[in-house]
Amino acid sequence: MSLLVLNDVGRRFGALQALSGISLSVEAGELRAIIGPNGAGKTTLFNLISGYFPPTDGSIVFGGEPITAGTPTALVKRGIIRTFQITEIFLSLTVRENLRVAVETAMGLNLRPWISAAVRTVVMNQVENLAEIVRITAKLDRVAGELSHGDQRVVEIGIVLAKSPKLLLLDEPTAGMGDEETHHMTDLIRRLNKDQGITMLFVEHDMAIVFGIADRITVLDNGRMLAEGNATEIAANPRVQAAYLGHAA
Amino acid sequence: MSTDLATETARTAPQARTGMSRRTIGNVVLGVVLLTVPLWLPLVGGYTDLASRVLIYALAAMGLNLLLGFTGGLSFGHAAYFGLGAYGVGLMLKYETHSLFLALGVGTLVGGLAATLLGPIAVRRRGIYFSMITIAIGQMFYFIAIRWNTLTGGYDGLSGFARPKFAGPGHLLSMGPTGMYYLVLAAFAIAALLLWIVLNAPLGHAFVAIRENHKRLTFLGVSTQRYIAISFAISGFIAALAGGLNALLDGFASPNLLNYSMSGDFLIIAVLGGMRNFYGPLAGAVIFVLVRDYVSSVTDNWMSVIGLVFVVSVIFFPMGVLGFFNRKSGS
Ligand SMILES: Nc1ncnc2c1ncn2[C@@H]1O[C@H](COP(=O)(O)OP(=O)(O)OP(=O)(O)O)[C@@H](O)[C@H]1O
Ligand SMILES: [Mg+2]
Repeated sequence: MSLLVLNDVGRRFGALQALSGISLSVEAGELRAIIGPNGAGKTTLFNLISGYFPPTDGSIVFGGEPITAGTPTALVKRGIIRTFQITEIFLSLTVRENLRVAVETAMGLNLRPWISAAVRTVVMNQVENLAEIVRITAKLDRVAGELSHGDQRVVEIGIVLAKSPKLLLLDEPTAGMGDEETHHMTDLIRRLNKDQGITMLFVEHDMAIVFGIADRITVLDNGRMLAEGNATEIAANPRVQAAYLGHAA
Repeated sequence: MSTDLATETARTAPQARTGMSRRTIGNVVLGVVLLTVPLWLPLVGGYTDLASRVLIYALAAMGLNLLLGFTGGLSFGHAAYFGLGAYGVGLMLKYETHSLFLALGVGTLVGGLAATLLGPIAVRRRGIYFSMITIAIGQMFYFIAIRWNTLTGGYDGLSGFARPKFAGPGHLLSMGPTGMYYLVLAAFAIAALLLWIVLNAPLGHAFVAIRENHKRLTFLGVSTQRYIAISFAISGFIAALAGGLNALLDGFASPNLLNYSMSGDFLIIAVLGGMRNFYGPLAGAVIFVLVRDYVSSVTDNWMSVIGLVFVVSVIFFPMGVLGFFNRKSGS
């Protein structure tokens, strides 16, 4: 059974049909790339799946259950966690504090007006673990807002990992990064998928990355699904080539 | 990273970082200074009631600042909870009880419960709409106090109550300015300690995270409105306690205590002192009350002087007075 299924999903904004007729299924453990030119509807797709706003058409099923008009908090409870195209972290806090509040949220501690030393230790150990996984340990005590763009992206991934996602949505995780940061992020995405088995959808413009790590690729153009397949199929698809060459010109 | 007095970094909820011992020293120094106020204040030309006023305003502004500086919610209506605390204490002492602590408890409860019940309405909106709702709710109580003449004394305010006497050895002891000061100091210390604990706990971390990025927190599954409402309620209880103490200090409750201009005073105090700073409101209250006391003895136009101080300080110390010192002593 597929983990995520979209049946003929669409989203209108007034007169603008941002997405229409989107039907796709994502298997558990899959690493799926979503590609397409600017304005194709990739972020809108993430917004629908994560409950930022509901679809105007169609239905979404997650883990066999309908989630079509779920709120963000309800969908997070089911294990759907996302990052944003523009990094959303706690800028004036340190990296440690960023991860700490995420861990406390994941542990269901948010309402506690005091904390015992024992629980604090558990939280802090988990923070260290997350930092190791995303490889930001050396910068734990730096203020997040003072980090490079790439490191801030990494911090956001650390934050969402705290919630042990079943389905992780990454919106352009490597956007605006230098070569080294891009390499680090690509490696991180691959490790999270292969080592931790996290099912992932990621939006990416860099074709080398997409072809390099994605199991399958969904191509959107102008709100519609243009193609779907593995790297070889997509690379050879004339409609994809046309769309990309057309937009590149 | 922290100064002697400014134990809180400019950015976040208090947390043991590097300056643990300096922080402890800072708290001890502050404690000694506050405990000895009745001894040294007259030497520098002050009087004890003035120090009580400073601490009462600091307490109210500290409560407000949990919402403002640590949760990111700009309330223009906290005078309502301050005022409810004041009227609650006044009415209790006038009609119901001779117990100071019962009166203070009821006053705090009335104001705090009002904030607990009304906060959830305001937090349904964010930003400017949130602020507008807090004003509207606050003014409601102001107009009720003015209209309900028979109970509240209307425009004239509520009088006819005083600090109860205490059972002493063989006779009743009245509570003078010094006793009053130590009562206020005790309330301030307890409230500050509780706030400190909350800010160091997951609840406080959630407040700060909402201030920083409520969208990120929402997409971690946190219902942020609920937490803002909790912050609102706690800050309302503290403001109400401060208001109750204010009524005890004056033996009087004026409807102006409920008015939005009073809310504005608390905001000025918090911002002036440094709203990202745990003790910022205390520093702000010292400046505010001293300027008001000194300038109003020279001219009736003290508010414009406060305004000038405020504008200058916001321009030159955008992080407040303590924020400025924090930065100086930082890297
Ligand atoms: N909340 C919204 N209200 C109105 N229009 C929107 C909204 N969100 C997206 N759109 C429109 O929907 C279309 C798709 O936008 P979307 O952000 O999904 O594109 P994208 O594929 O993520 O593009 P990019 O690569 O630039 O991030 C665009 O025309 C956009 O202007
Ligand atoms: Mg996008």
